[in-house]
Amino acid sequence: MNIVVDLNRCQGYAQCAFLAPQVFEMHGEEALMYLPVPPEDQLERVRRAAAACPVQAILVGEEAGADVR
Amino acid sequence: MSGDLRDGRIVIVGASLAGLRAAETLREKGFAGSLTLVGEDPRPPYDRPPLSKQVLLGRVPAEDTGLPLRRPVDAQWKLGVRATGLDPIEKRVLLANGEQLPFDRLLITTGTRARPWPNPAEAALDGVFTLRTSEDAGRIAERLDAGPRRVLVIGAGFTGSEIASACRERGLDVTVAERGPAPLVGALGGSFGALAAKLQRAHGVDLRCGVTVTALTGNGRLTGAELSDGSRIEADIAVVALGAIRNTEWLAESGLAAGPRGLACDAGCRAFNMYGIVTDDVFVAGDVARFPHPLFEYQLLSLEHWGNAVEQAEVAAHNMVSPGPLRRPHLAVPAFWSSQFGLNIKSVGVPTFSDQVVLAQGSPKEARLVAVYGYRGRVTAAVSVNQAKSLEYYQRLIETAAPFPPEPVGTDRPEPMTPVPSDVPDPAVLSHGPTVALTGHLPDRRLTLVRR
Repeated sequence: MNIVVDLNRCQGYAQCAFLAPQVFEMHGEEALMYLPVPPEDQLERVRRAAAACPVQAILVGEEAGADVR
Repeated sequence: MSGDLRDGRIVIVGASLAGLRAAETLREKGFAGSLTLVGEDPRPPYDRPPLSKQVLLGRVPAEDTGLPLRRPVDAQWKLGVRATGLDPIEKRVLLANGEQLPFDRLLITTGTRARPWPNPAEAALDGVFTLRTSEDAGRIAERLDAGPRRVLVIGAGFTGSEIASACRERGLDVTVAERGPAPLVGALGGSFGALAAKLQRAHGVDLRCGVTVTALTGNGRLTGAELSDGSRIEADIAVVALGAIRNTEWLAESGLAAGPRGLACDAGCRAFNMYGIVTDDVFVAGDVARFPHPLFEYQLLSLEHWGNAVEQAEVAAHNMVSPGPLRRPHLAVPAFWSSQFGLNIKSVGVPTFSDQVVLAQGSPKEARLVAVYGYRGRVTAAVSVNQAKSLEYYQRLIETAAPFPPEPVGTDRPEPMTPVPSDVPDPAVLSHGPTVALTGHLPDRRLTLVRR
């Protein structure tokens, strides 16, 4: 599973950084930095973070084109 | 919806963000025909914004940037092969490997590439890089890991500034050389650029503005650079961040309205041919598109923005499978973000479409502010620094052509609010290209701009 955050939409509420701190962290006061390929053992937390995002900016999905590699 | 539009053969040339989102949207809208994605990059679609941030900081490997799917696309992927031509009569895309791909409808999302260093011998020196692909980012990150004595960044647009920021965060010495008067002026104007210059210097960047790099020197391996002011810099890495070139050369013989400024299209993403007549089977989206925007006097805009790639791809895909009356215009308000030197910079509207700017909230001192841009008395853009939550409000002002300067809002507004010139430069004076190109006339700058 990979993630991408729509950072136009993100307003720095930091819910994700609270729910999955190994994957999402605030870089400075407002900028979000994240791991696009989170570790397997973090996926449940990532899903919770995506669901909790107040602006629904986090997309979680299968890696595009994984079948053509 | 008419049945035949949901069937047939669709080819998408350009397999990055816009191409992928278009493919997903086509399937979501019920397209059941054959779908082929062609990409020059051998990697399946990946996300580029992290390349100049997480990847250069060494926190994320360059290959760990693949984009997640929204839904299965059931497509044939042709990656690592470049499209070399388009036959609009026979309706075929020609590929570099000799293959020909027949289509009923075509979507062009070939985007841009990094503008290379103009001297090929100097560009070939070991240690000289551009940053566009994940491979580029991986190579640069590896060199930064090795602890270079100094990094030279040529061009202080968003990419160059983010590279410099990553270097400083790693504790590396960095020199930034920019031909214009300040960083970010191409996108945000001179008033904001002055702020960006202070920010870079406060973070220890050796920022040189108003200069050009006249030579990269070395013997096989880069050792330094010569500047137009006669000075010399020693550096073992140079990252050339001179903006982007639109990938339209392959369309030169196609009869489409394609050139260095992009491929022109109507509000529904249908490409124009060279006579200015709209096609109905060739669509375009993302960085390579030039499209008319009503909020900016129908000037043709080219946007090198992540959000535009997504939104325009969705509109193009919708229109490719929808009959005329059900087609939609691409009217999204342009928006982008950048994080650098610990700050989150976000923009809505088109800051370069302005004659004035006013500090509407916050202050540079507290590193939290909103600058609002106006053109001939109406609000056309807003840029926030660490104040993203305010932008939605200003976006509504842009969408409704609200009067400029805007009514004061918030408890953090400066007193008095005084507009100053936004000081948008002629793009020709910059090292880096602007990430928003107004391809019609530049707005006049006779009015004065708002500032405290």
